Amino acid sequence: MNFDLRNNKDFLAGLLFIAIGVIAVVVAARDYPMGNAMRMGPAYFPTVLGGILILLGVWVAARGIRAGEKLKGEWGWKPLLLVALAIVLFGFLMSRFGLVPALVAVFLVSAAGGREFRLKEVLVLTALMSAFAVVVLLYVLKMPYPLIAGVLWIS
Amino acid sequence: MDILSNLAFGFGVAFSLQNLGYCFAGVLLGTLIGVLPGIGPLVAIGMLFPLTFTLPPVAALIMLAGIYYGAQYGGSTTSILVNLPGETASAVTCLDGYQMARRGRAGPALAVAALASFFAGCVGTLLIALAGPPLAEMALMFGAAEYFSLMLMALVAAAVLTSGDMVKGFCMVVVGLLLGLVGTDVNSGMPRYTFGVMELYDGIGFTVIVVGLFAISEVVSNLASREPREVFTRKISNLLPTRQDIRDSCWPTVRGTAVGSVFGVLPGTGPALSSFVTYMLEKKIAKDPSRFGKGAIEGVAAPEAANNAAAQTNFIPMLTLGIPSSAIMALMMGAMIVHGISPGPQVMTSNPELFWGIIASMWIGNLLLVVLNLPLVGVWASLLRVPYRWLFPSIIMFCCVGNYAVNNNAVDVYLCALVGAIGYILVRLECEPAPLILGFVLGPLMEEYLRRAMLLSRGDPSVFFTRPMSLAFVLGSVLILAVMIAPALREKRGG
Repeated sequence: MNFDLRNNKDFLAGLLFIAIGVIAVVVAARDYPMGNAMRMGPAYFPTVLGGILILLGVWVAARGIRAGEKLKGEWGWKPLLLVALAIVLFGFLMSRFGLVPALVAVFLVSAAGGREFRLKEVLVLTALMSAFAVVVLLYVLKMPYPLIAGVLWIS
Repeated sequence: MDILSNLAFGFGVAFSLQNLGYCFAGVLLGTLIGVLPGIGPLVAIGMLFPLTFTLPPVAALIMLAGIYYGAQYGGSTTSILVNLPGETASAVTCLDGYQMARRGRAGPALAVAALASFFAGCVGTLLIALAGPPLAEMALMFGAAEYFSLMLMALVAAAVLTSGDMVKGFCMVVVGLLLGLVGTDVNSGMPRYTFGVMELYDGIGFTVIVVGLFAISEVVSNLASREPREVFTRKISNLLPTRQDIRDSCWPTVRGTAVGSVFGVLPGTGPALSSFVTYMLEKKIAKDPSRFGKGAIEGVAAPEAANNAAAQTNFIPMLTLGIPSSAIMALMMGAMIVHGISPGPQVMTSNPELFWGIIASMWIGNLLLVVLNLPLVGVWASLLRVPYRWLFPSIIMFCCVGNYAVNNNAVDVYLCALVGAIGYILVRLECEPAPLILGFVLGPLMEEYLRRAMLLSRGDPSVFFTRPMSLAFVLGSVLILAVMIAPALREKRGG
């Protein structure tokens, strides 16, 4: 028996699956008609799937409690947060301010998630890869994106 | 001969200057991306998929297929030079390929890998051309119940045969099925699980899922782990294998091709398992098994032949039945649907130029791989010397741009960040993401076939057991499960 469940990989995985299953079943029951086996409504299949997922999740979690296997290695919260932030920033900047600000943000923020951050290298990398992306997107694929929204357009 | 005229027709399509160009571009880009450690064909296809958006369907699929083998071959190059497989299918090649490289024989290892792959690719292509028409004819007799049971079998196989844990594999399949249901329900027109987000009404894009689950979570995992990478940086001098090498790798290549061809057709198995099985086979029948793992050329030729043969025959169920047998085929199928072609037995008659054109382009793609890769090995090797701190921001950039380009909206990009974060958590909890992709693509189809079958049988579920083909598939699923569970049970009882 192992009571430290915070690092128990199967227990956590089981909880995650149970949570997804519960969301699927609850939302289906609340919002969509069920129908019957002959005329299945939009809720029928997801409810069945959610039920299966909950059962399997319980199995995985129970096995985790019994076996008590720990997670290997450490969580990389810092790279995870910075990489996710870089991607979100790209979407936000791209839709409002254009391609160039979005590309610069992706490189600066995601590079900060790496093990070492060398500013000069990152700047050169940003310039080279951004130029490459601009050429491919705007000239080769002819996508209708502004370089900087409201200021600089190509084509 | 019917097949000859069909193949000739296919070559006519594939040899148009435009399609030849896209095949070349696909193979080149695929190799370029596949060479990068940790990036396999799945991610390569997911990342480059938006590039094919504006192309006509035939050209798009030819290019995607090119990316697929390119990335597969690129993965082998990485296994041999860096001991870091880009994906599971080339993991076995690491064992002997890397040892050969350490002994200064990286050149012959790469050459034999390319030639064995080419041979296997030729055989695989021919098999598709032979097996396609009769299988499609059979599939025309399938009703909704048969399709549902067949999909069930594919999903069971995918869950059971993952490299990870089986129960978690099933969980991931179900999560994939549920994710596939997000969007407007075709029967009632009701939006499901969209949580009020307009952009979700058409469902979650598969680029979002694939790039998030594989590329982004992989980058984060790499950044979080501390293991340094050992890169083989010595110059590759001579490429030519000796006569002894050729003689030693002849039969292993043939055997690898045979094993790979069979495994490629079976649902859920695909290139990864077949390369592993042939490696074990070669080791078992070798005169001196101790050479394996120390740079035996058979240990490179056989798995490389197997994974390429399987990569080819993988297309058979997808093109003829409309059922993908692996995550990559699920992706190719998704791409076909995006281009307005519903995969299945009717493709051969309604879009013959697509079916035969793809088959012919497969052979051309395999030829291009040999022609392209052997002279360019030096370039690929130098790509491996690029430090990861330059590589990963560029990978993230490609992911962002690719996702944005699909619909030109930011929601896909936000979703991708979310899926990437969840993907990283799943990787940490040791849940293999490949079965999820298969579920994701099959989700809406399965629901549709289930509904139709139950409507026709007036709500009687016995329809899945009374129709003979359907029963065969259900029994097949049970058999796969039994075969996998039996050894574990015996072990428990014995221990």
